[in-house]
Amino acid sequence: MHILSTIIEAFPYILQGTLVTVVLVAGALTLGFCLGVPMAVTQVYAPRPFAMLLSFYVWFFRGVPVLLLLFLFYYGLFGLMGLEVGTIGASCIVLGMTSAAYQSQIFRGSIQSLPAGQFKAGRALGMTDLQTIWNVILPQALRLSIPGWSNEYSILLKDSAMCFALGTPEIMARTHFVASRTYEHLPLYITAGLIYFAITMAGVTLLRRLERKARIPGYSNSGM
Amino acid sequence: MLDFIDMNFLTGRVMPYLDRGLMMSLQLIIPASLIGGFIGVVMGVMRVFGTPWMRRGTDAVVAVIRGVPLTVQLMILYFGLPSLPGVKIYLSPYAAALIGFIVCTASYQSEYVRGALLSIRQGQIKAAQALGMTRWQTIWSVIVPQAVRRALPGCGNEIIYLIKYSSLAYIVTCIELTGEAKVLVSRTFRPTEVYLVAACYYLVMVSAATWLLAKLEKKLAIPDFGTQK
Amino acid sequence: MNAHQNDTPILRAEHFTKYLTGRKILDDCSISMRPGDVKVLIGPSGAGKSTFLQCINCLLEPDQGEIWLGERKVDFKNTKELYDLRQHVGMIFQEFNLFDHLSAERNVALALRKVRGMSRADALERAHAELARVGLEDKAKLYPAQLSGGQKQRVAIARALAMDPTILLLDEPTSALDPELVGEVLTVIRDLAAHGMPMIMVTHQMEFARAVATEILFMESGRVIEQGSPEELLAPGAQTRTQDFCTRLLELCGEAEPSQEARS
Repeated sequence: MHILSTIIEAFPYILQGTLVTVVLVAGALTLGFCLGVPMAVTQVYAPRPFAMLLSFYVWFFRGVPVLLLLFLFYYGLFGLMGLEVGTIGASCIVLGMTSAAYQSQIFRGSIQSLPAGQFKAGRALGMTDLQTIWNVILPQALRLSIPGWSNEYSILLKDSAMCFALGTPEIMARTHFVASRTYEHLPLYITAGLIYFAITMAGVTLLRRLERKARIPGYSNSGM
Repeated sequence: MLDFIDMNFLTGRVMPYLDRGLMMSLQLIIPASLIGGFIGVVMGVMRVFGTPWMRRGTDAVVAVIRGVPLTVQLMILYFGLPSLPGVKIYLSPYAAALIGFIVCTASYQSEYVRGALLSIRQGQIKAAQALGMTRWQTIWSVIVPQAVRRALPGCGNEIIYLIKYSSLAYIVTCIELTGEAKVLVSRTFRPTEVYLVAACYYLVMVSAATWLLAKLEKKLAIPDFGTQK
Repeated sequence: MNAHQNDTPILRAEHFTKYLTGRKILDDCSISMRPGDVKVLIGPSGAGKSTFLQCINCLLEPDQGEIWLGERKVDFKNTKELYDLRQHVGMIFQEFNLFDHLSAERNVALALRKVRGMSRADALERAHAELARVGLEDKAKLYPAQLSGGQKQRVAIARALAMDPTILLLDEPTSALDPELVGEVLTVIRDLAAHGMPMIMVTHQMEFARAVATEILFMESGRVIEQGSPEELLAPGAQTRTQDFCTRLLELCGEAEPSQEARS
């Protein structure tokens, strides 16, 4: 019974952390999307030097652990750049930049899977290249990217748990704080696990609905 | 600003620390990927060919492991188990990290193995049966060799992930590459350089693994295999 | 070979009934094979020909019915007897079903090693002999994806023959082939028939069936409706369903190639 009362007491406190986690994930996904789309377009259509520069970015952020990136930027680079972003801001930016590397690869794959005729058809109608990319290529590529994107969401959510190493007040940090005072480690961490599980499921369901909504009859990855 | 590259500091101070951390990281990564990979294959086979009970059981385990951050799993193993009423299980930091990595990798690997097994066409199985092969002969000589080739890219990716997630051992105080870097920073107060060098270590590991896996894939490649539906 | 031996069926499938998803696909079908028999199953699609064939080596387990291998009844609930039956009954599929991860020679050798327990070298030697028999000794090292459809089917035949089957089942062996590749496969099958290999074959190649079949079985809605020698069933003026069906088949083919009429 003592365990139960501890959990009930701590629950509102941990739930506040859930809000921080959701903000982190939403922010990182958005940042990753805003960086990832132009990166993908650049990698496919821009001249080689630009594409290579971006390949380096992708290689770096996909090859270094998120935890180390958090340390590197929060304790090192942000300071050198004179940025004061706090733990939440730093977590959000680092997760977002990492996600941009992954998202750009998802979008790039989708763009490259489109038949070459789509681009030619756009040009043949007198559209500029940018117009073609914006009006023809991206609407199709983004639809194809939704499954990969929803996978990226659940990865980011799980990665966000590492941010407690910076002291970011999200679910894990708060759970750890309560646990180290009450010594009820097991039930508290299981509670945290359940919260993560619930958010994962909720998000994946939501994204699946989005996928169904965005679907065009007879148009899918497998059909091509 | 800093004098940009201080070679003496890097080779004299940073690298000995990080080399020690690297050894610990490898002691986590190599057993975890081998044992985890093996368990993953067994679980994948169970999820496809097992009895309904086995299937439901393993599916549920994998769903839970994949739905919960590795960080939480490690915290449960290291801080949680000792508070388990009745049986108090104390794991060393190394054991906690290793077990966590094995369980996690196995679950993710089983997902790729399962997908690959399901992608084998029915005709392949029928042909083997028509030749009089037993169920296990069919699984072992026809289904598994094809499934391995289909699962290889995914499983390779998972090993790359494992290399990076091995840094999480730091949070259960198993001091590996990231942990050594953190310790060193607290002594030298030169975070950018130390962490950048540590990042290079990981980049080398990841790139080497990628190269090796590509080589393995090439070695196992069969002309046009997997392109036909 | 004396007359008595010739009279003993080498394989009998009796009173097969099979339900799939609640529908009766096979309804009391029987077939009996003697040495040298070549029996052809024909009939409209959905008649149950493939199902019948797959029940004979228990790739689909019949719901009712018995299988006799010579004098012995096969208990196909017993896995050992089931595997033994399948070794005696070779099968050729419409879609070839070559093992995609193995080269032609190893496709043939695999079952020799695993099922027959032959050594790797012996199995490969036998595989080369069988590939030579179907005229593919020079393709032994190629993988399925590198072979043409006709070549794939010939490898599949070599793979089945390597197990020394007492009887061969062929499920529309030429239907998935481009027209110009049909001939090479039919030549191999005709050659087998000439050497006395007992075969049950589902096919739509009526000319071929007439030439090699000792008996034709006409199936419709899961039943064998007519059964007899090609001469009986396809004689000019014979008022049989088989004849009817063949005429319609020929008409369809005729329509598909109007150019021939135009020329004549």
